[in-house]
Amino acid sequence: MGRFLALRGAIVSLMLLAGFLFVWHQATRGVAAVQAMSPEYAKLMGAAATQGTSAMPGPLEVGAKLLEHLRRPFYDNGPNDKGIGIQLAYSIARVMTGYLLAVLAALPIGFLIGMSPLMSRALDPFIQVLKPVSPLAWMPLALYTIKDSSLSAIFVIFICSLWPMLINTAFGVASVRREWLNVARTLEVGTLRRAFTIILPAAAPTILTGMRISIGIAWLVIVAAEMLVGGTGIGYFVWNEWNNLSISNVINAILVIGVVGMALDLILARLTRAVTFQE
Amino acid sequence: MSGKFISIEGVARHFPAPGGGRTTVFEDLWLTMQRGEFACIIGHSGCGKTTVLNILAGLDRPSAGVVIVDNQEIDGPSIDRAVIFQSHALLPWRTVLGNVAYAVSSKWRRWRSEEVAAHAQQFIDLVGLTGAERKRPAELSGGMKQRVGIARALSIEPKIMLMDEPFSALDALTRGTLQDEVRRICLTTGQTVFMITHDVDEAIYLADRIVLMTNGPNAVFAEIVDNPLPKDRQRADFHRHPLYYATRNHIIDFLIARSRSFAAEIADTGFDRRHVPVVRPLAEPAPTPAAAVSTSQLRLLNRERTGS
Repeated sequence: MGRFLALRGAIVSLMLLAGFLFVWHQATRGVAAVQAMSPEYAKLMGAAATQGTSAMPGPLEVGAKLLEHLRRPFYDNGPNDKGIGIQLAYSIARVMTGYLLAVLAALPIGFLIGMSPLMSRALDPFIQVLKPVSPLAWMPLALYTIKDSSLSAIFVIFICSLWPMLINTAFGVASVRREWLNVARTLEVGTLRRAFTIILPAAAPTILTGMRISIGIAWLVIVAAEMLVGGTGIGYFVWNEWNNLSISNVINAILVIGVVGMALDLILARLTRAVTFQE
Repeated sequence: MSGKFISIEGVARHFPAPGGGRTTVFEDLWLTMQRGEFACIIGHSGCGKTTVLNILAGLDRPSAGVVIVDNQEIDGPSIDRAVIFQSHALLPWRTVLGNVAYAVSSKWRRWRSEEVAAHAQQFIDLVGLTGAERKRPAELSGGMKQRVGIARALSIEPKIMLMDEPFSALDALTRGTLQDEVRRICLTTGQTVFMITHDVDEAIYLADRIVLMTNGPNAVFAEIVDNPLPKDRQRADFHRHPLYYATRNHIIDFLIARSRSFAAEIADTGFDRRHVPVVRPLAEPAPTPAAAVSTSQLRLLNRERTGS
Protein backbone atom coordinates (compact mmCIF):
# COMPACT_ATOMS: atom_id res chain seq x y z
CA MET A 1 0.00 0.00 0.00
CA GLY A 2 2.77 2.43 1.01
CA ARG A 3 4.82 1.67 -2.09
CA PHE A 4 1.75 1.92 -4.26
CA LEU A 5 0.96 5.34 -2.85
CA ALA A 6 4.54 6.48 -3.44
CA LEU A 7 4.31 5.33 -7.05
CA ARG A 8 1.01 7.14 -7.58
CA GLY A 9 2.49 10.25 -5.99
CA ALA A 10 5.45 10.12 -8.36
CA ILE A 11 3.15 9.76 -11.37
CA VAL A 12 1.08 12.77 -10.33
CA SER A 13 4.29 14.76 -9.73
CA LEU A 14 5.51 13.97 -13.23
CA MET A 15 2.15 14.93 -14.69
CA LEU A 16 2.19 18.25 -12.86
CA LEU A 17 5.72 18.90 -14.10
CA ALA A 18 4.77 18.05 -17.66
CA GLY A 19 1.73 20.34 -17.43
CA PHE A 20 3.84 23.18 -16.07
CA LEU A 21 6.50 22.76 -18.77
CA PHE A 22 3.82 22.68 -21.47
CA VAL A 23 2.19 25.90 -20.24
CA TRP A 24 5.61 27.53 -19.94
CA HIS A 25 6.55 26.43 -23.44
CA GLN A 26 3.28 27.71 -24.89
CA ALA A 27 3.54 31.02 -23.08
CA THR A 28 7.06 31.79 -24.29
CA ARG A 29 6.74 30.48 -27.88
CA GLY A 30 6.47 33.99 -29.27
CA VAL A 31 3.56 34.54 -31.62
CA ALA A 32 3.47 38.33 -31.33
CA ALA A 33 3.41 40.33 -34.54
CA VAL A 34 6.74 41.72 -35.76
CA GLN A 35 6.63 45.45 -36.14
CA ALA A 36 8.14 47.16 -39.14
CA MET A 37 10.90 49.59 -38.14
CA SER A 38 14.04 51.09 -39.48
CA PRO A 39 17.20 48.95 -39.01
CA GLU A 40 18.81 51.60 -36.79
CA TYR A 41 15.80 51.59 -34.48
CA ALA A 42 15.59 47.80 -34.55
CA LYS A 43 19.13 47.55 -33.15
CA LEU A 44 17.98 49.43 -30.09
CA MET A 45 15.00 47.18 -29.56
CA GLY A 46 14.90 43.74 -27.96
CA ALA A 47 14.17 40.46 -29.68
CA ALA A 48 10.54 40.62 -28.57
CA ALA A 49 9.87 43.55 -30.85
CA THR A 50 12.05 42.61 -33.82
CA GLN A 51 11.64 38.80 -34.09
CA GLY A 52 8.39 38.24 -32.24
CA THR A 53 10.04 35.86 -29.69
CA SER A 54 9.57 36.33 -25.94
CA ALA A 55 12.44 37.68 -23.82
CA MET A 56 11.48 35.02 -21.30
CA PRO A 57 13.32 31.83 -22.27
CA GLY A 58 11.29 28.71 -22.81
CA PRO A 59 11.90 25.36 -21.09
CA LEU A 60 13.91 24.01 -24.01
CA GLU A 61 16.29 26.95 -23.93
CA VAL A 62 16.73 26.67 -20.17
CA GLY A 63 17.21 22.92 -20.47
CA ALA A 64 19.91 23.38 -23.10
CA LYS A 65 21.68 25.90 -20.87
CA LEU A 66 21.42 23.52 -17.92
CA LEU A 67 23.04 20.73 -19.94
CA GLU A 68 25.81 23.13 -20.86
CA HIS A 69 26.37 23.95 -17.18
CA LEU A 70 26.31 20.33 -16.17
CA ARG A 71 28.80 19.44 -18.89
CA ARG A 72 31.29 22.11 -17.81
CA PRO A 73 30.52 22.98 -14.18
CA PHE A 74 34.04 24.03 -13.19
CA TYR A 75 35.42 26.25 -15.98
CA ASP A 76 37.02 29.53 -14.99
CA ASN A 77 37.30 32.30 -17.56
CA GLY A 78 38.06 35.08 -15.14
CA PRO A 79 36.15 36.92 -12.43
CA ASN A 80 32.86 37.34 -14.29
CA ASP A 81 32.67 33.99 -16.05
CA LYS A 82 33.02 30.97 -13.82
CA GLY A 83 31.25 27.63 -14.00
CA ILE A 84 28.17 27.18 -11.84
CA GLY A 85 29.96 24.38 -9.91
CA ILE A 86 32.72 26.77 -8.83
CA GLN A 87 30.17 29.35 -7.72
CA LEU A 88 28.25 26.72 -5.74
CA ALA A 89 31.45 25.50 -4.14
CA TYR A 90 32.23 29.04 -2.95
CA SER A 91 28.75 29.38 -1.46
CA ILE A 92 28.82 25.97 0.22
CA ALA A 93 32.27 26.68 1.66
CA ARG A 94 31.04 29.99 3.13
CA VAL A 95 27.89 28.40 4.54
CA MET A 96 29.86 25.53 6.06
CA THR A 97 32.44 27.83 7.66
CA GLY A 98 29.87 30.19 9.15
CA TYR A 99 27.63 27.30 10.17
CA LEU A 100 30.36 25.30 11.88
CA LEU A 101 31.53 28.39 13.75
CA ALA A 102 27.93 28.86 14.87
CA VAL A 103 27.79 25.22 16.05
CA LEU A 104 30.97 25.75 18.05
CA ALA A 105 29.45 28.81 19.72
CA ALA A 106 25.83 27.69 20.08
CA LEU A 107 26.38 24.26 21.67
CA PRO A 108 28.45 25.37 24.68
CA ILE A 109 26.39 28.53 25.24
CA GLY A 110 23.19 26.54 24.82
CA PHE A 111 24.41 24.00 27.39
CA LEU A 112 25.26 26.83 29.77
CA ILE A 113 21.83 28.41 29.37
CA GLY A 114 20.08 25.05 29.66
CA MET A 115 21.96 23.97 32.78
CA SER A 116 22.05 27.28 34.64
CA PRO A 117 18.77 29.07 35.37
CA LEU A 118 20.84 32.15 36.28
CA MET A 119 22.58 32.35 32.90
CA SER A 120 19.29 31.57 31.21
CA ARG A 121 17.76 34.66 32.77
CA ALA A 122 20.86 36.78 32.24
CA LEU A 123 21.26 36.02 28.54
CA ASP A 124 17.59 35.94 27.64
CA PRO A 125 17.18 39.70 26.91
CA PHE A 126 20.18 39.71 24.55
CA ILE A 127 18.89 36.69 22.66
CA GLN A 128 15.37 38.09 22.45
CA VAL A 129 16.63 41.40 21.00
CA LEU A 130 19.22 40.01 18.61
CA LYS A 131 17.27 37.01 17.32
CA PRO A 132 14.68 38.93 15.24
CA VAL A 133 17.32 41.12 13.53
CA SER A 134 17.60 40.29 9.84
CA PRO A 135 21.05 38.81 9.32
CA LEU A 136 21.70 41.23 6.45
CA ALA A 137 21.33 44.17 8.83
CA TRP A 138 24.67 43.05 10.28
CA MET A 139 26.36 43.37 6.90
CA PRO A 140 27.47 47.04 7.04
CA LEU A 141 28.78 46.57 10.56
CA ALA A 142 30.62 43.43 9.50
CA LEU A 143 32.06 45.12 6.40
CA TYR A 144 33.28 48.04 8.49
CA THR A 145 34.85 46.00 11.27
CA ILE A 146 36.13 42.95 9.34
CA LYS A 147 37.04 44.93 6.20
CA ASP A 148 36.73 41.84 4.03
CA SER A 149 33.59 41.15 2.03
CA SER A 150 34.02 37.38 1.92
CA LEU A 151 34.58 37.13 5.67
CA SER A 152 31.62 39.43 6.24
CA ALA A 153 29.39 36.99 4.35
CA ILE A 154 30.67 34.20 6.61
CA PHE A 155 29.91 36.34 9.64
CA VAL A 156 26.37 36.90 8.41
CA ILE A 157 25.92 33.14 8.02
CA PHE A 158 27.32 32.65 11.51
CA ILE A 159 24.93 35.12 13.08
CA CYS A 160 21.84 33.78 11.29
CA SER A 161 22.56 30.10 12.07
CA LEU A 162 23.34 30.85 15.69
CA TRP A 163 19.88 31.53 17.10
CA PRO A 164 17.87 28.41 16.24
CA MET A 165 20.74 26.18 17.40
CA LEU A 166 21.24 28.17 20.57
CA ILE A 167 17.57 28.20 21.51
CA ASN A 168 17.02 24.53 20.69
CA THR A 169 20.14 23.44 22.55
CA ALA A 170 19.12 25.42 25.63
CA PHE A 171 15.60 24.03 25.47
CA GLY A 172 16.78 20.46 24.90
CA VAL A 173 19.26 20.63 27.76
CA ALA A 174 16.78 22.26 30.14
CA SER A 175 14.09 19.67 29.46
CA VAL A 176 16.14 16.51 30.03
CA ARG A 177 13.95 14.21 32.11
CA ARG A 178 14.50 14.65 35.83
CA GLU A 179 14.64 10.89 36.42
CA TRP A 180 17.61 10.49 34.07
CA LEU A 181 19.45 13.23 35.93
CA ASN A 182 18.55 11.49 39.19
CA VAL A 183 20.06 8.28 37.84
CA ALA A 184 23.29 10.18 37.24
CA ARG A 185 23.10 11.77 40.69
CA THR A 186 22.58 8.48 42.53
CA LEU A 187 25.50 7.00 40.58
CA GLU A 188 27.67 9.99 41.59
CA VAL A 189 28.44 10.83 37.97
CA GLY A 190 30.55 14.01 37.64
CA THR A 191 29.36 17.13 35.85
CA LEU A 192 31.37 16.63 32.67
CA ARG A 193 30.53 12.94 32.35
CA ARG A 194 26.88 13.75 33.04
CA ALA A 195 26.89 16.38 30.29
CA PHE A 196 28.26 13.93 27.74
CA THR A 197 26.56 10.69 28.77
CA ILE A 198 23.12 11.87 29.91
CA ILE A 199 22.34 15.40 28.77
CA LEU A 200 23.91 15.28 25.31
CA PRO A 201 22.22 12.05 24.16
CA ALA A 202 18.93 13.09 25.75
CA ALA A 203 18.98 16.54 24.12
CA ALA A 204 20.53 15.44 20.81
CA PRO A 205 17.26 15.14 18.86
CA THR A 206 16.22 18.67 19.89
CA ILE A 207 19.70 20.06 19.19
CA LEU A 208 19.79 18.51 15.73
CA THR A 209 16.34 19.86 14.94
CA GLY A 210 17.75 23.31 15.69
CA MET A 211 20.74 22.58 13.48
CA ARG A 212 18.42 21.56 10.69
CA ILE A 213 16.48 24.82 10.93
CA SER A 214 19.79 26.71 10.98
CA ILE A 215 21.21 25.14 7.84
CA GLY A 216 17.99 26.02 6.01
CA ILE A 217 18.21 29.66 7.09
CA ALA A 218 21.94 29.81 6.30
CA TRP A 219 21.31 28.60 2.77
CA LEU A 220 18.53 31.16 2.33
CA VAL A 221 20.74 33.98 3.57
CA ILE A 222 23.90 33.14 1.63
CA VAL A 223 22.25 34.02 -1.69
CA ALA A 224 21.24 37.46 -0.45
CA ALA A 225 24.59 38.02 1.25
CA GLU A 226 26.54 37.16 -1.88
CA MET A 227 24.36 39.44 -3.98
CA LEU A 228 25.53 42.22 -1.67
CA VAL A 229 29.20 41.38 -1.31
CA GLY A 230 29.70 40.20 -4.90
CA GLY A 231 32.78 38.55 -6.33
CA THR A 232 32.00 34.86 -6.09
CA GLY A 233 29.24 32.51 -5.05
CA ILE A 234 25.88 31.43 -6.35
CA GLY A 235 24.19 34.60 -5.09
CA TYR A 236 26.67 36.72 -7.00
CA PHE A 237 26.11 34.47 -10.04
CA VAL A 238 22.36 35.15 -9.96
CA TRP A 239 22.87 38.89 -9.77
CA ASN A 240 25.59 38.86 -12.44
CA GLU A 241 23.40 36.91 -14.84
CA TRP A 242 20.58 39.38 -14.18
CA ASN A 243 22.96 42.15 -15.17
CA ASN A 244 23.81 40.09 -18.28
CA LEU A 245 20.05 39.74 -18.89
CA SER A 246 20.50 35.98 -19.09
CA ILE A 247 17.21 34.83 -17.66
CA SER A 248 18.07 31.21 -18.58
CA ASN A 249 21.03 31.30 -16.24
CA VAL A 250 18.97 32.91 -13.49
CA ILE A 251 16.39 30.14 -13.77
CA ASN A 252 19.12 27.50 -13.73
CA ALA A 253 20.67 29.10 -10.67
CA ILE A 254 17.28 28.99 -8.89
CA LEU A 255 17.07 25.31 -9.73
CA VAL A 256 20.51 24.40 -8.37
CA ILE A 257 20.03 26.55 -5.25
CA GLY A 258 16.89 24.54 -4.57
CA VAL A 259 18.60 21.20 -5.15
CA VAL A 260 21.57 22.03 -2.90
CA GLY A 261 19.24 23.35 -0.17
CA MET A 262 17.27 20.12 -0.31
CA ALA A 263 20.46 18.05 -0.09
CA LEU A 264 21.64 19.97 2.99
CA ASP A 265 18.27 19.48 4.66
CA LEU A 266 18.28 15.76 3.86
CA ILE A 267 21.71 15.32 5.43
CA LEU A 268 20.57 16.98 8.66
CA ALA A 269 17.32 15.01 8.62
CA ARG A 270 19.35 11.78 8.40
CA LEU A 271 21.55 12.85 11.29
CA THR A 272 18.50 13.75 13.36
CA ARG A 273 17.02 10.35 12.75
CA ALA A 274 20.29 8.69 13.76
CA VAL A 275 20.27 10.28 17.24
CA THR A 276 16.53 10.02 17.88
CA PHE A 277 15.66 7.38 20.45
CA GLN A 278 12.40 5.67 21.16
CA GLU A 279 11.07 5.89 24.66
CA MET B 1 25.38 0.93 68.36
CA SER B 2 25.68 -2.45 66.66
CA GLY B 3 22.06 -2.70 65.52
CA LYS B 4 21.88 0.70 63.83
CA PHE B 5 22.89 0.47 60.21
CA ILE B 6 20.46 3.15 59.12
CA SER B 7 19.18 5.73 61.54
CA ILE B 8 16.62 8.37 60.69
CA GLU B 9 16.87 10.96 63.45
CA GLY B 10 14.30 13.67 63.88
CA VAL B 11 13.84 14.24 60.18
CA ALA B 12 11.37 16.89 58.99
CA ARG B 13 10.41 18.16 55.58
CA HIS B 14 8.53 21.40 54.94
CA PHE B 15 7.41 22.91 51.69
CA PRO B 16 6.51 26.55 51.23
CA ALA B 17 2.73 26.69 51.02
CA PRO B 18 1.01 28.86 48.44
CA GLY B 19 0.09 32.19 50.06
CA GLY B 20 2.89 32.23 52.63
CA GLY B 21 3.43 29.85 55.51
CA ARG B 22 4.58 26.29 55.02
CA THR B 23 3.20 22.81 54.69
CA THR B 24 4.74 20.23 56.95
CA VAL B 25 4.86 16.90 55.16
CA PHE B 26 6.21 15.28 58.30
CA GLU B 27 8.41 16.23 61.20
CA ASP B 28 10.37 14.53 63.93
CA LEU B 29 10.56 11.12 62.25
CA TRP B 30 12.68 8.48 63.96
CA LEU B 31 13.50 5.04 62.64
CA THR B 32 16.40 2.62 62.76
CA MET B 33 17.19 -0.32 60.52
CA GLN B 34 19.68 -3.13 60.87
CA ARG B 35 22.08 -4.41 58.29
CA GLY B 36 20.48 -7.02 56.06
CA GLU B 37 16.98 -5.98 57.04
CA PHE B 38 14.12 -5.68 54.56
CA ALA B 39 11.78 -2.87 55.61
CA CYS B 40 8.61 -1.84 53.84
CA ILE B 41 6.90 1.45 54.44
CA ILE B 42 3.20 1.49 53.82
CA GLY B 43 0.77 4.37 53.86
CA HIS B 44 -1.65 6.30 51.71
CA SER B 45 -0.67 8.37 48.70
CA GLY B 46 0.63 11.80 49.63
CA CYS B 47 1.74 10.89 53.14
CA GLY B 48 5.37 11.56 52.30
CA LYS B 49 6.72 8.04 51.76
CA THR B 50 8.54 9.03 48.60
CA THR B 51 9.98 12.09 50.34
CA VAL B 52 11.42 9.84 53.05
CA LEU B 53 12.94 7.62 50.36
CA ASN B 54 14.34 10.58 48.46
CA ILE B 55 15.95 11.88 51.63
CA LEU B 56 17.49 8.45 52.21
CA ALA B 57 18.71 8.49 48.61
CA GLY B 58 20.14 11.98 49.07
CA LEU B 59 18.03 13.34 46.22
CA ASP B 60 16.08 15.50 48.66
CA ARG B 61 17.32 17.20 51.80
CA PRO B 62 15.50 17.15 55.12
CA SER B 63 14.43 20.54 56.49
CA ALA B 64 15.59 19.36 59.90
CA GLY B 65 17.20 16.27 61.38
CA VAL B 66 19.75 13.87 59.96
CA VAL B 67 19.94 10.44 58.42
CA ILE B 68 22.92 8.30 59.33
CA VAL B 69 23.93 5.33 57.23
CA ASP B 70 26.80 3.11 58.34
CA ASN B 71 27.96 5.75 60.84
CA GLN B 72 28.00 8.50 58.23
CA GLU B 73 25.58 11.35 57.84
CA ILE B 74 23.91 11.46 54.44
CA ASP B 75 25.05 14.47 52.45
CA GLY B 76 23.73 14.14 48.93
CA PRO B 77 23.35 11.07 46.74
CA SER B 78 25.84 8.25 46.99
CA ILE B 79 26.63 5.26 44.85
CA ASP B 80 26.41 3.18 48.05
CA ARG B 81 22.66 3.70 48.01
CA ALA B 82 21.03 2.38 44.87
CA VAL B 83 17.58 3.57 43.90
CA ILE B 84 15.05 1.56 41.94
CA PHE B 85 12.64 4.08 40.51
CA GLN B 86 8.94 3.45 40.08
CA SER B 87 9.23 4.59 36.45
CA HIS B 88 12.33 2.38 35.98
CA ALA B 89 14.27 5.45 34.65
CA LEU B 90 16.29 3.53 32.07
CA LEU B 91 18.30 5.53 29.55
CA PRO B 92 16.36 4.88 26.32
CA TRP B 93 19.33 5.43 24.01
CA ARG B 94 21.33 2.66 25.68
CA THR B 95 20.82 -1.07 25.41
CA VAL B 96 20.06 -3.30 28.39
CA LEU B 97 23.75 -4.07 28.73
CA GLY B 98 24.59 -0.39 28.21
CA ASN B 99 22.27 0.68 31.00
CA VAL B 100 23.74 -1.78 33.51
CA ALA B 101 27.29 -1.10 32.30
CA TYR B 102 26.75 2.62 32.80
CA ALA B 103 26.16 2.01 36.50
CA VAL B 104 29.06 -0.46 36.76
CA SER B 105 31.51 1.93 35.09
CA SER B 106 30.29 4.73 37.35
CA LYS B 107 31.26 2.71 40.40
CA TRP B 108 34.51 1.21 39.15
CA ARG B 109 35.88 3.93 36.91
CA ARG B 110 39.21 2.30 36.20
CA TRP B 111 37.79 -0.98 34.97
CA ARG B 112 38.40 -1.94 31.38
CA SER B 113 35.30 -2.23 29.22
CA GLU B 114 35.50 -6.05 29.12
CA GLU B 115 35.52 -6.17 32.91
CA VAL B 116 32.55 -3.80 33.04
CA ALA B 117 30.62 -5.84 30.48
CA ALA B 118 31.36 -9.14 32.24
CA HIS B 119 30.26 -7.74 35.60
CA ALA B 120 27.09 -6.24 34.07
CA GLN B 121 26.34 -9.50 32.29
CA GLN B 122 26.45 -11.37 35.60
CA PHE B 123 23.59 -9.23 36.96
CA ILE B 124 21.61 -9.36 33.72
CA ASP B 125 21.77 -13.15 34.05
CA LEU B 126 20.75 -12.89 37.71
CA VAL B 127 17.47 -11.11 36.88
CA GLY B 128 16.78 -13.52 34.02
CA LEU B 129 17.35 -11.22 31.06
CA THR B 130 20.01 -13.34 29.36
CA GLY B 131 19.59 -12.93 25.61
CA ALA B 132 18.06 -9.45 25.80
CA GLU B 133 21.36 -7.60 26.37
CA ARG B 134 21.32 -5.85 23.00
CA LYS B 135 17.70 -4.70 23.21
CA ARG B 136 16.76 -1.13 23.93
CA PRO B 137 14.26 -0.25 26.69
CA ALA B 138 11.56 0.60 24.11
CA GLU B 139 11.65 -3.03 22.95
CA LEU B 140 11.07 -4.43 26.45
CA SER B 141 7.88 -5.11 28.38
CA GLY B 142 7.22 -3.27 31.66
CA GLY B 143 8.40 -6.24 33.71
CA MET B 144 11.61 -6.60 31.73
CA LYS B 145 12.34 -2.87 32.09
CA GLN B 146 11.97 -3.14 35.86
CA ARG B 147 14.29 -6.17 35.82
CA VAL B 148 16.90 -4.01 34.11
CA GLY B 149 16.37 -1.41 36.83
CA ILE B 150 16.92 -4.10 39.49
CA ALA B 151 20.01 -5.43 37.70
CA ARG B 152 21.40 -1.90 37.46
CA ALA B 153 20.82 -1.29 41.17
CA LEU B 154 22.31 -4.64 42.23
CA SER B 155 25.29 -4.41 39.90
CA ILE B 156 26.90 -1.62 41.90
CA GLU B 157 26.70 -3.81 45.03
CA PRO B 158 25.12 -1.07 47.14
CA LYS B 159 24.94 -0.96 50.91
CA ILE B 160 21.23 -0.22 50.69
CA MET B 161 18.64 -0.65 48.02
CA LEU B 162 15.88 1.94 47.98
CA MET B 163 12.80 0.88 46.06
CA ASP B 164 9.97 3.28 45.31
CA GLU B 165 6.91 1.17 44.50
CA PRO B 166 8.98 -0.84 42.05
CA PHE B 167 6.22 -3.22 41.03
CA SER B 168 3.17 -0.99 41.08
CA ALA B 169 3.11 -0.45 37.31
CA LEU B 170 3.23 -4.18 36.56
CA ASP B 171 0.51 -6.74 36.01
CA ALA B 172 -0.19 -9.16 38.87
CA LEU B 173 1.61 -12.15 37.33
CA THR B 174 4.80 -10.26 36.50
CA ARG B 175 4.69 -8.60 39.90
CA GLY B 176 4.58 -11.99 41.62
CA THR B 177 7.54 -13.33 39.67
CA LEU B 178 9.61 -10.23 40.30
CA GLN B 179 8.79 -10.28 44.02
CA ASP B 180 10.01 -13.87 44.15
CA GLU B 181 13.24 -12.91 42.45
CA VAL B 182 13.85 -9.85 44.58
CA ARG B 183 13.25 -11.96 47.69
CA ARG B 184 15.58 -14.72 46.48
CA ILE B 185 18.33 -12.22 45.60
CA CYS B 186 17.99 -10.27 48.84
CA LEU B 187 18.04 -13.41 50.97
CA THR B 188 21.14 -14.81 49.27
CA THR B 189 23.06 -11.51 49.25
CA GLY B 190 21.88 -10.21 52.63
CA GLN B 191 20.93 -6.94 50.98
CA THR B 192 19.52 -4.16 53.14
CA VAL B 193 16.35 -2.89 51.50
CA PHE B 194 14.03 0.02 52.17
CA MET B 195 10.92 -0.25 50.04
CA ILE B 196 7.76 1.75 49.54
CA THR B 197 4.62 -0.12 48.66
CA HIS B 198 0.85 0.13 48.58
CA ASP B 199 0.36 -3.59 48.46
CA VAL B 200 -0.20 -5.23 51.85
CA ASP B 201 0.51 -8.77 50.63
CA GLU B 202 3.71 -7.60 48.98
CA ALA B 203 4.82 -6.07 52.27
CA ILE B 204 4.02 -9.23 54.26
CA TYR B 205 5.73 -11.47 51.74
CA LEU B 206 8.91 -9.41 51.38
CA ALA B 207 9.49 -7.40 54.52
CA ASP B 208 10.97 -8.27 57.89
CA ARG B 209 9.40 -5.14 59.35
CA ILE B 210 6.53 -3.06 58.01
CA VAL B 211 6.46 0.61 58.93
CA LEU B 212 2.96 2.08 59.04
CA MET B 213 2.78 5.74 58.15
CA THR B 214 -0.23 7.96 58.87
CA ASN B 215 -1.82 10.29 56.35
CA GLY B 216 -0.18 13.61 55.65
CA PRO B 217 0.28 16.44 56.22
CA ASN B 218 2.11 16.06 59.53
CA ALA B 219 2.52 12.34 58.92
CA VAL B 220 4.18 10.15 61.53
CA PHE B 221 5.50 6.62 61.70
CA ALA B 222 2.66 5.14 63.75
CA GLU B 223 3.78 1.58 64.30
CA ILE B 224 6.32 -0.93 63.19
CA VAL B 225 4.79 -4.32 62.49
CA ASP B 226 7.29 -7.04 63.19
CA ASN B 227 6.51 -9.67 60.58
CA PRO B 228 5.69 -12.85 62.51
CA LEU B 229 5.94 -15.10 59.45
CA PRO B 230 8.99 -17.39 59.27
CA LYS B 231 11.98 -16.16 57.25
CA ASP B 232 11.72 -19.14 54.89
CA ARG B 233 8.11 -18.36 53.88
CA GLN B 234 7.08 -19.43 50.39
CA ARG B 235 4.77 -17.62 48.01
CA ALA B 236 2.69 -20.78 47.58
CA ASP B 237 1.63 -21.05 51.21
CA PHE B 238 2.60 -17.95 53.19
CA HIS B 239 -1.03 -16.86 53.20
CA ARG B 240 -1.97 -20.09 55.03
CA HIS B 241 0.28 -19.31 57.96
CA PRO B 242 -1.79 -18.93 61.15
CA LEU B 243 -0.45 -15.42 61.69
CA TYR B 244 -0.90 -14.24 58.12
CA TYR B 245 -4.43 -12.92 58.56
CA ALA B 246 -3.73 -11.38 61.92
CA THR B 247 -0.90 -9.42 60.32
CA ARG B 248 -2.83 -8.54 57.21
CA ASN B 249 -5.90 -7.46 59.13
CA HIS B 250 -3.84 -5.33 61.44
CA ILE B 251 -2.29 -3.48 58.51
CA ILE B 252 -5.57 -3.11 56.64
CA ASP B 253 -7.31 -1.85 59.77
CA PHE B 254 -4.60 0.73 60.04
CA LEU B 255 -4.84 1.80 56.42
CA ILE B 256 -8.61 2.05 56.40
CA ALA B 257 -9.26 3.77 59.70
CA ARG B 258 -6.36 4.40 62.01
CA SER B 259 -4.11 6.12 59.43
CA ARG B 260 -6.66 8.94 59.39
CA SER B 261 -7.54 9.10 63.07
CA PHE B 262 -4.13 8.33 64.50
CA ALA B 263 -3.59 11.87 65.82
CA ALA B 264 -6.74 11.55 67.96
CA GLU B 265 -5.74 8.03 69.03
CA ILE B 266 -2.45 9.18 70.53
CA ALA B 267 -3.71 12.55 71.75
CA ASP B 268 -3.21 11.93 75.48
CA THR B 269 -1.03 8.84 75.48
CA GLY B 270 2.37 10.47 75.42
CA PHE B 271 3.24 8.83 72.10
CA ASP B 272 7.02 8.76 71.77
CA ARG B 273 8.06 9.48 68.21
CA ARG B 274 11.63 8.47 69.01
CA HIS B 275 10.53 4.97 69.97
CA VAL B 276 7.83 3.97 67.56
CA PRO B 277 5.90 1.05 69.10
CA VAL B 278 6.72 -2.34 67.63
CA VAL B 279 3.71 -4.59 67.17
CA ARG B 280 3.85 -8.32 66.65
CA PRO B 281 0.45 -9.64 65.60
CA LEU B 282 -0.78 -12.59 67.62
CA ALA B 283 -2.62 -15.62 66.42
CA GLU B 284 -6.38 -15.41 66.40
CA PRO B 285 -8.17 -18.47 67.78
CA ALA B 286 -7.25 -21.11 65.19
CA PRO B 287 -9.40 -20.33 62.17
CA THR B 288 -9.66 -22.63 59.20
CA PRO B 289 -8.36 -20.92 56.08
CA ALA B 290 -11.85 -20.59 54.64
CA ALA B 291 -13.29 -19.14 57.82
CA ALA B 292 -10.40 -16.70 58.10
CA VAL B 293 -11.21 -15.28 54.72
CA SER B 294 -14.85 -14.78 55.48
CA THR B 295 -14.40 -13.25 58.94
CA SER B 296 -11.67 -10.91 57.82
CA GLN B 297 -13.72 -9.81 54.86
CA LEU B 298 -16.68 -9.27 57.08
CA ARG B 299 -14.67 -7.21 59.51
CA LEU B 300 -13.19 -5.26 56.65
CA LEU B 301 -16.66 -4.45 55.38
CA ASN B 302 -17.77 -3.39 58.84
CA ARG B 303 -14.78 -1.16 59.19
CA GLU B 304 -15.51 0.50 55.91
CA ARG B 305 -19.12 1.02 56.81
CA THR B 306 -18.41 2.53 60.19
CA GLY B 307 -15.34 4.37 58.97
CA SER B 308 -17.03 6.30 56.17
